[in-house]
Amino acid sequence: MSKADSISLFESRIIRRAAWDSIAKLNPVTLMRNPVIFVTEIVSALVTAAGIEALLKHQPAAFPLIIAAWLWLTVIFATFAEAVAEGRGRARAETLRHARSDTMAKLLTNPPNRALYKPTPAPDLHQGDIVLVEAGDIIPSDGEVIEGVASVNESAVTGESAPVVREAGGDRSAVTGGTQLVSDWLVVCITADAGSTFLDRMISLVEGAERRKTPNEIALNILLAGLTLVFLIAVVTLVGFGAYSGTKFSIPVLAALLVCLIPTTIGGLLSAIGIAGMDRLVRFNVVATSGRAVEAAGDVDALLLDKTGTITFGNRMASAFYPAAGVQEHELAQACAMASLGDDTPEGRSILVLAREKYNITPERPADAEIIPFSANTRMSGVDNAGQSYRKGAVDSVLKALNTEGDNAFAEAATRIGRAGSTPLAVSANGRLLGLIELKDIVKPGIKERFAALRGMGIRTVMVTGDNRVTAAAIAAEAGVDDYIAEATPQNKLDYIRKVQSEGRLVAMCGDGTNDAPALAQADVGVAMQTGTQAAREAGNMVDLDSDPTKLIEIVEIGKQLLITRGALTTFSIANDISKYFAILPAIFVGTYPQLGALNIMHLHSPESAILSAVIFNALIIVVLVPLALKGVKFRAIGAAALLKRNLLIYGLGGIIAPFAGIKLIDLALGLF
Amino acid sequence: MTIQGIAYIALVFLLVLGAAFPLGRYLAAIFEGRVRFLRPLEAGFYRLAGVDETRAMGWQAYAVALLLLSVIHFALLYAILRLQYYLPFNPQHIAGMSPRLAFNTAASFATNTNWQAYVPEAQISNGAQMFGLAVHMFLSAAAGIAAAAAVMRAFASGAAKTLGNFYADLTRITLYLLLPVTIVAAVLLVLAGCPQTFSAFITAHTLQGDTQSIAIGPVALQEAIKELGTNGGGFFNANSAHPFENPNAWTNLFENWLLLVIGFALPIAFGHMVKNPRQGRALMAAMAIILALGCVGTYAAEASGNPLQTAIGVAHQGGNWEGKEVRFGIPASTTFNVSATGTSTGAVDSFTDSYMPLAGAIPLFLMQLGEVTPGGVGSGFYTIIVFALFSVFVAGLMVGRTPEYLGKKVQAKEIKLAMLGVLILTLFILAGAGFSLVTKSGLTSLANAGPHGLTEMLYAWTSATENNGSAFAGLSADTNLLDYGLGAAMLFGRFAFMVPVLAIAGSLAAKPRLPESAGTFPTTGPLFIGLLIGVIIILGGLQFLPADTLGPLAEHFLLQAGKTF
Repeated sequence: MSKADSISLFESRIIRRAAWDSIAKLNPVTLMRNPVIFVTEIVSALVTAAGIEALLKHQPAAFPLIIAAWLWLTVIFATFAEAVAEGRGRARAETLRHARSDTMAKLLTNPPNRALYKPTPAPDLHQGDIVLVEAGDIIPSDGEVIEGVASVNESAVTGESAPVVREAGGDRSAVTGGTQLVSDWLVVCITADAGSTFLDRMISLVEGAERRKTPNEIALNILLAGLTLVFLIAVVTLVGFGAYSGTKFSIPVLAALLVCLIPTTIGGLLSAIGIAGMDRLVRFNVVATSGRAVEAAGDVDALLLDKTGTITFGNRMASAFYPAAGVQEHELAQACAMASLGDDTPEGRSILVLAREKYNITPERPADAEIIPFSANTRMSGVDNAGQSYRKGAVDSVLKALNTEGDNAFAEAATRIGRAGSTPLAVSANGRLLGLIELKDIVKPGIKERFAALRGMGIRTVMVTGDNRVTAAAIAAEAGVDDYIAEATPQNKLDYIRKVQSEGRLVAMCGDGTNDAPALAQADVGVAMQTGTQAAREAGNMVDLDSDPTKLIEIVEIGKQLLITRGALTTFSIANDISKYFAILPAIFVGTYPQLGALNIMHLHSPESAILSAVIFNALIIVVLVPLALKGVKFRAIGAAALLKRNLLIYGLGGIIAPFAGIKLIDLALGLF
Repeated sequence: MTIQGIAYIALVFLLVLGAAFPLGRYLAAIFEGRVRFLRPLEAGFYRLAGVDETRAMGWQAYAVALLLLSVIHFALLYAILRLQYYLPFNPQHIAGMSPRLAFNTAASFATNTNWQAYVPEAQISNGAQMFGLAVHMFLSAAAGIAAAAAVMRAFASGAAKTLGNFYADLTRITLYLLLPVTIVAAVLLVLAGCPQTFSAFITAHTLQGDTQSIAIGPVALQEAIKELGTNGGGFFNANSAHPFENPNAWTNLFENWLLLVIGFALPIAFGHMVKNPRQGRALMAAMAIILALGCVGTYAAEASGNPLQTAIGVAHQGGNWEGKEVRFGIPASTTFNVSATGTSTGAVDSFTDSYMPLAGAIPLFLMQLGEVTPGGVGSGFYTIIVFALFSVFVAGLMVGRTPEYLGKKVQAKEIKLAMLGVLILTLFILAGAGFSLVTKSGLTSLANAGPHGLTEMLYAWTSATENNGSAFAGLSADTNLLDYGLGAAMLFGRFAFMVPVLAIAGSLAAKPRLPESAGTFPTTGPLFIGLLIGVIIILGGLQFLPADTLGPLAEHFLLQAGKTF
C-alpha cells in the first residue's frame, strides 16, 4: 500500500515532538475537554502544593512529592498518548502537504479565450473562478473540468503513479488541487476556496485538528465524567467517615485514592484511540470526512457491493468446453485455441490458458496466418491459416455464418450456459460446428468465505450489478451474497437503501459516478472513489484514494476495530478498580484499625509502598496500553457472542486480575530501595 | 450452617421463582390491558375521574401525572398525621405528629420507603394506619410498578412517542394485582392468627393478677400489602418479629414469598412485553444470583456464631441467636431480612443490629447496590434496566458495534440521565452519612460507638435513599437532622431517580427498534448475566466500599481480635 505504512509505532521524531506536545497539552483550558484527566491535573496540583507546604514547614515531604510526581506523570502520559496519535497522523499529513506547493494559477479573465490569463497565486482563487491548466502545471485547487481532455498524475493524493484521464462531462470530470497535468490542457472551474479543498480537509482530518468527538465518544465521556464525580463524592465524604473513626487523611493519600479509582486509563487513551482509528483508515488510503462515519462503519448491517471488480474479477474467463455431438473435447479445445491465437483480449487469453491447462495444447502462431479480428458486424473472430479456418463468436452469429441451426443438445447447452450467468461462444473449424466455450464471470476465490464470515457478524451482503436477473441470480448464488440488485440503476439502488434503512439497518455502499451521489448520500457509510466525480465525493462520507471498491469490507472491519478497542480499554479501566481498593484501603485505614491489615491480601510491604505502587501502576498502565490503543484490538469475524466472550475474558477478567500482579511487582521493586 | 438451612433458602427461591413465571405473564397482560375481569369497575373509576384511559402519554406527561399524584398524597398524608388526634378511628387518642416527624413519615410512605422514625403503637392512630399509611402502601407500590411498565413499553415499541397512560396503569395494577392478592393474603394471615380489627387494645389478665393492654388493630391487611408492595412499614414497632404480624414459621415463609414475588415477576413480564422471554429471564437470573449469594453469605456469617461467645464456651448451638425469634430460627430469619433488604421492603423479622458484622454488611451492601435484587416493586426493575444499559454501554462496544439494548441504541442522552440517577443516590448516601457522623446531633443519635455506630448511620442513609426503610435499629431517628435529612434522601432517592429513568424511557421509546442479528450484543445467557452482575457490583457498589470498610468490615476484624462496641 502506501509509503505511510512504514511509520513505526514509536518513531523517534514523532516521539520527540509528542513529548513536547504532551507538556503543551497540560494547559487546563484545553484539558477541560477531558474531564477525567482534568480532575487528575487539579489533584496533582493540590498534592504538589501540599508537598511544597510540608517542605517549607520542614515536615516530611518526600511522600507527598513522590505521589505528586507520579500523578503529574499520569496526566502527562495521557496527553502523551494523544500527542503520539496526533503525531502519527501529522506524519502522514506531511506526505500529503508536499503536494500543496504554492502554485501560480492561470486565471482566465475571459474564459472562452484560453490565451488571455492572469497569473494568480492559488490561495487567492475563489469558487467559480475559471483557470487554465496546461501540461506540467499543478492543478491549483479542486475543480470541475469544463473543457478539454488530459491525463493527470494524481500520485500526490493517491500514491498511484499511473496517470488518469480527466475530461469535461461524464464521471471523470473532477480534478484535485495539488495533482499534476501530464499532457494536454484543461479548463477548470474552481469548486473550493483556498483552505477548504479536498487536500486541505484531508490534511486537517488526518492531523486530528478538525477532530470532533463522535456520538459514542461523547456518551462515553459523560459516563467517565459521571464516574469521576461518583468517586469524588466517595473520597470527599470519606473525610467525614474518617473523622468519626479517628482517622485524619492527608491530601496525598486522598488524592492517590481518587486518581486510582477514577477511570484514568480510558480517560487518557480515549482520544488517542479515536485518532488512531482515523489513522488506520488513512493507512488503507481511505479518508473519512468525520469520525462519526468510522463509528457508523462498525454498525453497518448491509453492504452494497458492486459485482464487477469486488465480487468477480471483472473479466469473463473461459471455464469449460462443450463439444457438439460427435466431436471430441480435445478436438474442440484445439480449435478454440487456434481461433483465439489472434485474440489479445483477456477473454481470448483465458481460452488459451484453459486449453493449455486442460489438454496441454500450446499452439504456435503460424507466421503467415491471417487474423480475422472481431467486428461488431460479424460478431466473430478467428484465424485463417493454410486453408484451415477457425472461428469463434456469438452463438447466433456463428450458426448463421455456418447456415445451420445446430442440434437440440447444442441449443440446450447454450441456453444452460446463459442461465448460469455465463456467456456461451460457438466455435467452428472449416465450416463445421464443433461446440461451445463457456465464458464465465469468475467469482474471486475466498470471497464466499468472507461473506460467510460477515454473515456471522450479522452483516448482509448485497450484490449490485447491471446484469439481468438470471445472470445476477446465478452469480449471487455462487458468491454467496444474501441478496442482489439486478439491472441496477441509481434509482433502484436508492430505493433499496431506503427500504433496508426503514427496517432500522445501516447501509454502506461505494460509488463513483454523479448518478451514485444520491445513494451515497443516503447510505450511512458512503465511500466515494477518488477517481469519481466531485458530486460523488461530496455526497459520500469517505473517499477511497485507491478507488478500490473491495475496501468496503475492510472499512467495516476498521470501524469495528475502533469500537472494540474503545470498549476493551473502558472495560479494562473500570475492572482495574477492584485491585486498587485492595491495595489502598487497608493502607489508609490500617493506622486506625490495624486489624484491617487483613485486607492487604497482596501483602504489600508498607502502607506508603502500597499507595505508591497503586499510583505508579495507574500511571504506567497508560503508557503500556498506548501501543494497543494505537494499533487497535484485532477484530475477528467470529460472531458477536464469541467475540464478547473472548474480549470480556481478556479485558474484563484480565482487567480485574492484571493489576494485582502489577501492583505487587511494583511494590517488590520499591522494596529494593 | 446446616443442610436444612440451605434447603430452606433453596425452598424460598423455588417457591418465589416458580410463581414469578406465571405471575410475570399475568403482569404483562395487565400492562397490555388484556386483563378485564373487573372492567365495569375499572371503567367506572375512569368515568368518575374523567380520565380517558386510551390516551397514551409522552414521558413528560407520564412523569408529571406520577409526581402530581405523589405530591397530593404526600400533602394529604402529612395532614392526616398532623391532625390524627381530631380524626376518626383514634381509639387510643394518639396526639398529632410533630412537623418534622410528619414530614419524614409522609415522605417515607409516599416513596414506598416505609422508614419508621415513629413508634407505631404510640404515635399513630388506627385510622391513620389504615387510611393514611395502608393507602400509600398500595399507591406508592402501584406507582412504582406503573413506572416499570412505562419503561417496558419503551423497549417493546419501535419509534413511539408515548409510554402509556399513567392513570390506567395505576388503576389496573391496583385493581387486578395488588388488591386481589392482598385480600387473599390477608385472609390467609388471619387464618394463621394475625388480628384484623378496629379495636385498639385487648386487656389481658396475667397470671400474677396484673392487667396488661396489648395493642392490636387491622394488622393482617396491612401486613399483606406491606410485604406484597415491598413497603415494609410494620403495624408494630417490632415489625415482622411481632407475633401478631408474623405468628409462625409458616407465615414467615409466606411473607418472605410475598415480598419477593412481584419483584421477580417484573423482569418476566418484561420478557413477554418485548416478545423475547429470554431477555426477562436473564435479568431475573442476575437478580436471583446476587440475592442467593446474599442469603447464603448472611446465613453463613450468622451460623458461624459469635467468636467471643465461642471462646468462653457460652455460644448457642447453631450460631448467633441474638435478636432472632426462636419460632423462626436462624436461616429463616436471615433469609427474611436479606430478602427484605434486597427488595427495598425493609421489613424485619429479626434485628440486623444484633447480627454479626459481616451478616449486617450484606443487607447494607444489597441496598447500596441500588436495590435491584430484585428491588422494590417497579423500582427494582427500572433500576436493573439502568444497570443493563450501563453494561451494554461499557462492554457492548467490544463486539464492534455502538451499544444497543434490545435493539435500542444507548447514546449520550441515556447515559447522562442514568449517571444522574446514580450520582443522586451516591450523594445522599455518602454525603448524608458522612456529614451526620461529624455533627453533634448525628452523634447523639447513635446507640453504639466505633465502627458499629458508623454502620448504624450509614445504614440509615442507605436505607432511606434507596427507599428500603429497613432500620439497623439502635439509631434514634426522630431528630431534626435525621427527620428532615432522611426525608429529603427518600424523596430524592425515589423521584430524582425515577424521573430521569422515565426520561430515558421516553428517549428509548422514540428510537427505532433495530432487528437482532448475529452481530448484536447478546443480552441473554450466562455471559451477559455475569457481566450484569459485575457491572452492578462495580458501578453500583464500589463507591461505598471505603465507607463500608470503616463500618462493618472494620467491626468484623475487630471482633475477631476480641474488641467490641
